[in-house]
Amino acid sequence: MAALDEVQLREGVDRETVETVQSMAGTYKHGWETEIEMEFAPKGLNEDIVRLISEKNKEPEWLLEWRLDAYRRWLSMESPDWAMLNIPEIDYQEQYYYAKPKSMAEKPKSLDDVDPKLLETYAKLGIPLKEQMLLAGVEGADEPRKVAVDAVFDSVSLGTTFQKELAAAGVIFCSISEAVQKHPELVKKYLGSVVPQNDNYFAALNSAVFSDGSFVYIPAGTRCPMELSTYFRINAENTGQFERTLIVAEKGSYVSYLEGCTAPKRDTNQLHAAVVEIVILEDAEVKYSTVQNWFPGDENGKGGIYNFVTKRADCREARAKVMWTQVETGSAITWKYPSCILRGDEAQGEFYSIAIANNWQQADTGTKMVHLGKNTRSRIVSKGISAGHAQNTYRGLVSMHPKASNSRNYTQCDSLLIGDKCGAHTVPYIEVRNASSRVEHEATTSKVDDDQLFYCRSRGMDEEEAVALVVNGFCKEVLQELPMEFAMEAQALVAISLEGSVG
Amino acid sequence: MMPRAKLKAQKVEAAGALLAGRELPAGGAWITKARTAAAARVASMGLPSKRDEYWRYTDPRRLTAPAPEAAKLHVTDDEAPLFDGFDRLKLVFVDGVFDAQASDALALPGVEICTLADAARTDLHWARDLFGALEARGQAPVERSLASLNTAHATEGLLIRITATPPKPIALVYRRANLAGDAMVHHVIRVEGGAEATILENGPMAARFNQVTEVDIADGATLHHIRAQGRDHERAGITHLFAKLGAGAQLKSFTLSANGALVRNEAVIWLDGAEGSAHIAGATVGDGAFHHDDTVFVTHGAPRCESRQVFKKVLRHGAVGVFQGKILVDQIAQLTDGYQISQSLLLDEDAQFLAKPELEIYADDVKCSHGSTSGEIDHNQLFYLRARGVPEDRAKMLLVLAFLSEALEEIADPAYADDLRDRLESWFKRRS
Repeated sequence: MAALDEVQLREGVDRETVETVQSMAGTYKHGWETEIEMEFAPKGLNEDIVRLISEKNKEPEWLLEWRLDAYRRWLSMESPDWAMLNIPEIDYQEQYYYAKPKSMAEKPKSLDDVDPKLLETYAKLGIPLKEQMLLAGVEGADEPRKVAVDAVFDSVSLGTTFQKELAAAGVIFCSISEAVQKHPELVKKYLGSVVPQNDNYFAALNSAVFSDGSFVYIPAGTRCPMELSTYFRINAENTGQFERTLIVAEKGSYVSYLEGCTAPKRDTNQLHAAVVEIVILEDAEVKYSTVQNWFPGDENGKGGIYNFVTKRADCREARAKVMWTQVETGSAITWKYPSCILRGDEAQGEFYSIAIANNWQQADTGTKMVHLGKNTRSRIVSKGISAGHAQNTYRGLVSMHPKASNSRNYTQCDSLLIGDKCGAHTVPYIEVRNASSRVEHEATTSKVDDDQLFYCRSRGMDEEEAVALVVNGFCKEVLQELPMEFAMEAQALVAISLEGSVG
Repeated sequence: MMPRAKLKAQKVEAAGALLAGRELPAGGAWITKARTAAAARVASMGLPSKRDEYWRYTDPRRLTAPAPEAAKLHVTDDEAPLFDGFDRLKLVFVDGVFDAQASDALALPGVEICTLADAARTDLHWARDLFGALEARGQAPVERSLASLNTAHATEGLLIRITATPPKPIALVYRRANLAGDAMVHHVIRVEGGAEATILENGPMAARFNQVTEVDIADGATLHHIRAQGRDHERAGITHLFAKLGAGAQLKSFTLSANGALVRNEAVIWLDGAEGSAHIAGATVGDGAFHHDDTVFVTHGAPRCESRQVFKKVLRHGAVGVFQGKILVDQIAQLTDGYQISQSLLLDEDAQFLAKPELEIYADDVKCSHGSTSGEIDHNQLFYLRARGVPEDRAKMLLVLAFLSEALEEIADPAYADDLRDRLESWFKRRS
């Protein structure tokens, strides 16, 4: 890298990161637990549990049947074994599939009625559930940025902010359980239309037992007046979280959606199997950003979340556009491939990812770009960082179907290794079935550049600071695609996740 | 999705059916031991299936069927066989059977050669530690049971031991006379420390063929391997090259493949000693009902080694090109330099390119990169040539040849590369 670039690294974002690292002593700062009385469904998984979840959510008959169908299909499926992950056998009968704070027995009318303990949880996490509050880190901006938040605590949504303002714009943003009650026709039309029940093992499990998640509907021609955000918190022990998110962007609409997640530090592993479905119609655009910071397990690999996620966006009509941005720093195991189905002509899909695996974490993550329409475009930028004893795999598919003429893909995946006990792997699948499309794939694997480290060290930084800085430079292409609120958090996370990996 | 246990059972059952009543060839103690072990491997692994991840892009059924499909002979009288102009030790196989009459005497300074059939009759042979041993090592992390099938049942092949640099190359020439020949050929090549040798292979082996070549390159030795699989439109075959390299050893292997209903060339390379170097390259020309698969697995098991994989495919009229390549770098293999490029030029809407270029890296101080591209002929380049008065057909041919050249450049001796380039040019002239 040219010396000029290194100067730029020093200025701007990275100074803040280094300061953030210094200001935070612990390694995983969201590892505390909220002590609150919970109501659990009986342990284990069977048809009765599926019925119980459906009943708790007061669901219509068709949805119960849909869930039962998924459950039966799940029973005949096998857990996938193709990822470069060493997954201990999961006992699905040793989990709770539904956990709800007792105080939520009667659904609160507004966030003001929610148990203050729960509200404190989110305050402590820095998530503003009061509408006058703003996300930490963006104060002082000329115009206050509003972000509507749906807060999901274990199996239930606590509430959603800015509902009125959003409703005025025609935007529906609520929990999926609420959407089932208030907008059943929309849910029925789109649920499972992107990720069918039997799509894969974990999607089938989710379809059977999903408890809450967010629903977003942006009407035609509407630019969502603020960013939407869902914050997932796993709190209860031995409880899986199975949220389901459905986003529908009608013709010519736009929305930027943020997702964040954390969980307490525990010795046992916890299961998280989510599904995100996005339907994008003509000329609409959805930007989906994730900062995944589930508890990664301790430095000896004890505990941590098993994160099995199916995310897919269907660009159904012409010029639909989706952009996935993810920063994956948490979870003991990550199995996640946000995908783009580029069905409409001239549809566009983008995927920007930073995956960081430290200590004993294992990540197998990437994307699928399925080009079906003519003149479709996709771009993949993936940065994987491995440290400690971690294994980090990029796995991706680029498929150009025979009718997807004149389509383009560009893929770049770079891996960085810090230490000689970790692994970095790249598994791309490239399938080109027409001649006029162009596909380009590049990947590199290297270690943190000694010259760059030396440069930083000779200017008085200690080694840890220097590595954080170089790594942030390595991730820059992805970080700059994140909405501002997340970019701050993500930069700090990049440094925190690697703490202790030097030397 | 079929449950994994059921798939495995089907594969094992298919192997059992194929081998039922088939006796292992008779031979001395050393080879019988190797064949028996290989037969047991086939029985436990089963035959490959289209549902195997490792066979994702190539349907193995033509290779595993009890009998081969008949394949029309392709007459190539209009051109002299490749490498004819070179001084060489010529060894001929017809339908996979060694033809002593048509071959030179098995004598070359610095080289010990004998046929597998002769060696099998002995009680002790230098190849005993290699025959089937490298193939067995190549069964992990993915199963290649067709190679074990070959070890168990092949009766043809050559055992070549190079003790000192020979004065001329050893050329294996394959000819085909039978419409439905089913050949199994197994070669073992050992290059002793410090020696350097060139092995040429040329021609269509059989209507269906299964070839295994086990190569052991000792410290400081070098092997050049140049293979042209001939034009033969209806043949189907699989080859496995298993090669291990000692410290400072070098392997340069190049394959030119033109047409054929189904060809899969697998190369499994181990860099066992420090500072070894392995270059595996291939140029493929597919026109019509053609399926060509290059599957390469390079393992860096020692520090400071270098590997290159360079594969180029030109495809049209429904031809399918597959590339599965992997660079695996063990934790011990610091300062590895690994490079892999796979590119295809699709000349019309019917062609397909399917690739899975992988990196698996456990050492931190390495430089590894791979690239893969697919597209049509660059319009700007075409325009440049046309603007300078080059007719369109000729301009296209020049661009295609230039594209394939990067793979041909992996051949150390330009004389062989030129011979292959001339041949490609004459094919293109005739076809266009």
